[in-house]
Amino acid sequence: MKFMHLAAVAFLSLGLAACSKPTKPDETATPPADAGAASSGLGGEAAAGAGTTATALTPQQQALAAIQQKNVVYFEFDSSEIGQAYVPVVAAHAQYLVKFPTARVRLEGHTDERGSREYNIGLGERRAQTVRRALLAQGVAESQITTVSYGEERPAVEGSDEAAFAQNRRVEFVHAQ
Amino acid sequence: MQSISLALRTRATAALLAVVSLLGFAVPSHAQLRLDITQGVRDAVPIAVVPFGGQAEGGAGDIAAVVGNDLRMSGRFAPLERRDMVTRPTSGAEIRFEDWRLLKSDFIVVGRVEPDGAGLAVSFELHNVRTGASLLNQRLPSSEKGLRATAHRIADLVFERLTGIPGAFSTRIAYVAVDGKPPAQRYRLIVADADGFGPRTVLESREPIMSPAWSPDGQNLAYVSFEGKASAVYVQRLATGERARVSARTGINGAPAWSPDGRKLALTLSRDGNLDIYTLDLATQALTRVTSDDAIDTEAEWAKDGQSLFFTSDRAGNAQVYRVRLDEARKAERVTFTNSYNARPRLSPDGKELALVTLDRGGYRIGVMDLASRNLRVLTNGHQDESPSFAPNGALVIYATREGGRGSLAIASSDGAFQQRLSSDQGDVRDPAWQPFGPRG
Repeated sequence: MKFMHLAAVAFLSLGLAACSKPTKPDETATPPADAGAASSGLGGEAAAGAGTTATALTPQQQALAAIQQKNVVYFEFDSSEIGQAYVPVVAAHAQYLVKFPTARVRLEGHTDERGSREYNIGLGERRAQTVRRALLAQGVAESQITTVSYGEERPAVEGSDEAAFAQNRRVEFVHAQ
Repeated sequence: MQSISLALRTRATAALLAVVSLLGFAVPSHAQLRLDITQGVRDAVPIAVVPFGGQAEGGAGDIAAVVGNDLRMSGRFAPLERRDMVTRPTSGAEIRFEDWRLLKSDFIVVGRVEPDGAGLAVSFELHNVRTGASLLNQRLPSSEKGLRATAHRIADLVFERLTGIPGAFSTRIAYVAVDGKPPAQRYRLIVADADGFGPRTVLESREPIMSPAWSPDGQNLAYVSFEGKASAVYVQRLATGERARVSARTGINGAPAWSPDGRKLALTLSRDGNLDIYTLDLATQALTRVTSDDAIDTEAEWAKDGQSLFFTSDRAGNAQVYRVRLDEARKAERVTFTNSYNARPRLSPDGKELALVTLDRGGYRIGVMDLASRNLRVLTNGHQDESPSFAPNGALVIYATREGGRGSLAIASSDGAFQQRLSSDQGDVRDPAWQPFGPRG
């Protein structure tokens, strides 16, 4: 099974950017509004250079490319609650997983760097489990989901300020087909 | 003492070598640590460590330089600068004590390196400058490559003679170094001398490595590695590089801590995302659940008698330290009450105090709590201090701190009198663990 951290980039480079749902700035909360959609920045470039080979992609691949526009849920300090802004993000991933029962997702939980390392492994796991429960509640099968917590060990960005902390407190959806 | 069947699991290990470089204990690393005195030490005892005869000054094996640096690192001594030394005695008979009284040194160490058969021998003497009394006079076998080790031994002996506390300068430290920017980072588990010299990479990975823990005999490291895209706990024998994956259960495998007899590991495991503490018998693989709670229970540390565990839990809302007895009842009682966050307990070698991470006036700092009185003294003043680990003589605590966006290691005296930094010339360093004395030869 191959996990596809960069799947969105790969698909966008095939010229599918236009098929993706556009990112509305107000759909995500303020902290790192575009961090989860970092791949959309690449999309413009890649789409311009590539031909139209959309027919090579299955409906599942197209659906995946669309939801991976937003594949990160961010959290408040010391919180594992899914904020209102991310409810639609989780719902989109849930719909995809329900529609394609053979699809698999790994939920990677992370924290900012504050506090003790192993305790942060626990906080990251708690965040991943919150997202897992939300997916289960929306009909995703248990067998489709695995979780891992990296605590503060794999930050998304460097830095010891509030902006960096906000981008590092997250759960990432890592999809496999 | 350990009866770990390392060989049994080498097959599982072989499959992982593609993603991890498992390195024997012979690969030099570049992340050299360097001691920076960040805070002046009051009441440090002035001592002259005169360059030893029979060797050039300034090399890696410069015995007086190593001894002086060790004594400075202890925070209890202020070695005299070489430029202030007007003579270079190499034996007690050559010392003119009035010269050193004028230089305001209370003690003096002199010595020399001599050929001894195929190897070398190092003679040294410690004298009280005021009285002229000889306090130590020994001759230690050595070798060209072993000069630094001999120097650390001399520092241990001088420290013990003058303070009554065994020196810990001959021990080593383990830590994790991280290079590169997220998300493409490289993690290395490193073992170096206690003064930061001679770092050796024992494991290298593209995935996180964390929580190194020394076995009580100081020969093995347990640690957490994510090399299989999930956490697993390994035990590695440093002399050979041989290792065993001792826990790779579904979910979290973390926070290894050795029992005092070296036969068991306390671990943090998760079922359905809930972290609890277990003990694992390394010989029989028998797993015993210790805590059963909806909260995060992690970071176990064994009491000296092996009959209870200290651990971090947020069962009361915030992270605090608890103690659970390893009997049938498994009753946990809260240990910390000062401050809203206390985590990662580490027991002092005498078993009387806990070093921990405490949220003190807005900063995560290192505190030491007396278990009898529950008094907490905060040793550090950073914002992001973590991972305390006692030196085996209890005099110092090594910990991780952050400065300028980079992780570095630092040392504080356990009485809070001083701190100093072990700065790395590259990358982030973190997660230090000080080697125990082990069986002494």
